[in-house]
Amino acid sequence: MSPSGKQTGAKTSLPVHSPQKDVVRQRPRGRGLLLLAGLVAVAVTALLGVAWGSLSIPPATVAAMFWRRAVGEMTAVPWPAAWETVVFEIRLPRVILAALVGGALSQAGAVYQGLFRNPLADPYLIGISSGAGLGATVAIALGLPLRWGGLGAVSLLAFAGALGATILVYILSRTGGRPSVTTLLLAGVALGAFLSSVATFLMFHGKDAFQTVHIVGWLMGSFALSSWARVRLLGPVLAVGGALLWAYAHRLNVLQLDDEQAQQLGIPVERTRLALIVAVSLVTATAVAVSGVVGFVGLIVPHAVRLIWGPDHRFLLPMSVLAGAVFMILADGLARSLLSPTELPVGVVTAFCGAPFFLYLLRQKRRNVHS
Amino acid sequence: MLRKTLPRLDASWQPELFAPTDGRVMLEACQVTFSFNGTPVLDQVDLRLEAGKMIGVIGPNGAGKSTLVRLLSRSLTPADGRIWLNGHNLNQWRPAELARVLAVVPQDPELPPAFTAWEMVLMGRTPYLGWMGQESEHDRAAARRAMEETHIWHLADRLIGQLSGGERQRVVIARALVQEPRVLLLDEPTAHLDISYQVEILSLIVRLVKGRRLAALAIFHDLNLAAQYCDELVLLSRGQVVAQGAPGQVLTVSLLRQVYGTEVVVVPHPQNGLPTVLPVYVSSPVN
Repeated sequence: MSPSGKQTGAKTSLPVHSPQKDVVRQRPRGRGLLLLAGLVAVAVTALLGVAWGSLSIPPATVAAMFWRRAVGEMTAVPWPAAWETVVFEIRLPRVILAALVGGALSQAGAVYQGLFRNPLADPYLIGISSGAGLGATVAIALGLPLRWGGLGAVSLLAFAGALGATILVYILSRTGGRPSVTTLLLAGVALGAFLSSVATFLMFHGKDAFQTVHIVGWLMGSFALSSWARVRLLGPVLAVGGALLWAYAHRLNVLQLDDEQAQQLGIPVERTRLALIVAVSLVTATAVAVSGVVGFVGLIVPHAVRLIWGPDHRFLLPMSVLAGAVFMILADGLARSLLSPTELPVGVVTAFCGAPFFLYLLRQKRRNVHS
Repeated sequence: MLRKTLPRLDASWQPELFAPTDGRVMLEACQVTFSFNGTPVLDQVDLRLEAGKMIGVIGPNGAGKSTLVRLLSRSLTPADGRIWLNGHNLNQWRPAELARVLAVVPQDPELPPAFTAWEMVLMGRTPYLGWMGQESEHDRAAARRAMEETHIWHLADRLIGQLSGGERQRVVIARALVQEPRVLLLDEPTAHLDISYQVEILSLIVRLVKGRRLAALAIFHDLNLAAQYCDELVLLSRGQVVAQGAPGQVLTVSLLRQVYGTEVVVVPHPQNGLPTVLPVYVSSPVN
């Protein structure tokens, strides 16, 4: 006899330890509250991020500065006028961009992990990072102007490279008939290796040490080039893409089953997967164009959220956005200040801090994902 | 010569297939043929599922049983022949509408271990959800009812990864019921289950088929379970229907010898007289 509390059939199996006595099970409680708490955490972290830097401004003063702007007070300011410029023109757009990119990459990571049914997937899996890297390398190696189209040649070519690589991977994975997740993955890895080798060749071909440092720095990610123009250009893309992905969250849940089951539950699997790939690639390519290839965020943040709160994408996606925003603001703060006045690439910080936290979470195993 | 071509011409005109004369007909396969990489798997299979009736599909390994279920659930498209669901060609159904009418209990489905049993059953409501995928009170009530019917309500908060094989199987059945289907297709619903679960799950399915007036088709490996629980059996061999009818008509010594290539005896079950198949042992395994 199996020891694990077997039910002996219709006659005797009145559930004794019924977890819920109410007539209809309620929606999971507390999710809204948790998201609200996450939103507050983002705001508080952003305040600290703005206050933090080589010129240290007390967070209370920063709060007062925001308050003054919000209510439109026109009295003389009790702080140096230069602080206004530092806070509103330099640090605030940078913090906002860090939050947007952190949130976007985390949500994208959650979507990729769901699409590939693999908790180790990250947003750079299907060629986006190598495509963007090649685009940026070409721009830097050719010395293209920094002021192209509001974003600069590096960002524009990186964006084009990221999208081009993804489209190519998708087409390559289709040629064998139906696109399977596995061929998508393999095509991504293969094309990624190829594009990276081309980029590396260009780097060595240039023989310009400064260029190489520039490229390597860009590949590790940075928010040093932040401005309000970038926020205005990229904020809407990331917001729309993020909302679209959230709308697909339940379908992503169903896709966690195999394709056949998902289809039997009424999901047009291929069309849904294509829509998700298009949206998530746009979001990721945009984030990469803004900040370079910031690694690890898209891997660990959604994974951590899933370990703690479970795999329901309707909660996983928005919570990943908020957690990713907090994480990226903090990482960028450290990147600015650790070796001040030299700036570290933010990717160094995300990997350095993220990996140990991730290992800690893995050992906790709050919700047994890999059983 | 002429005779050979005539049925082909006639095959395009089959009026009874377009509008089912019998209002109770749910799912009907006509001359369904399927081959995999050139190897024929199913050859001109005719089948008719009706409300309140449980049909069992039996046959040796590789006879095409699972392929038949996958064709009837549109996971595969027939190479030739038609499948009609409520008078409409199966291909013309929109995915969500199809999932509201037809539910499948696959054999040994892959289930993500980190979802709870409750979340998994609730996924059966997918074809009823709006574009944001939020469940209503009605959806949750339906899920609770299905979990109570399958006696897994007490497992609602457990993770799929912590459930036993029998519990998982009942979760999948509950998920199919939550779809509120009219047609239920089951691929070996009792594989890997011990004898008490086999009886419990099949009794449950038959109760639902009779109670909810579902049209059901289930694949069986165990001929005796098929005989006990099905109104009608379909014996498949090498992709063709060899026999079809009441269990007593299909489970005969000669048919089973022909299809399975083994000697059996068929005796009436002491409790209800339904046919029971026993192997003939050439040399007794126990002295």
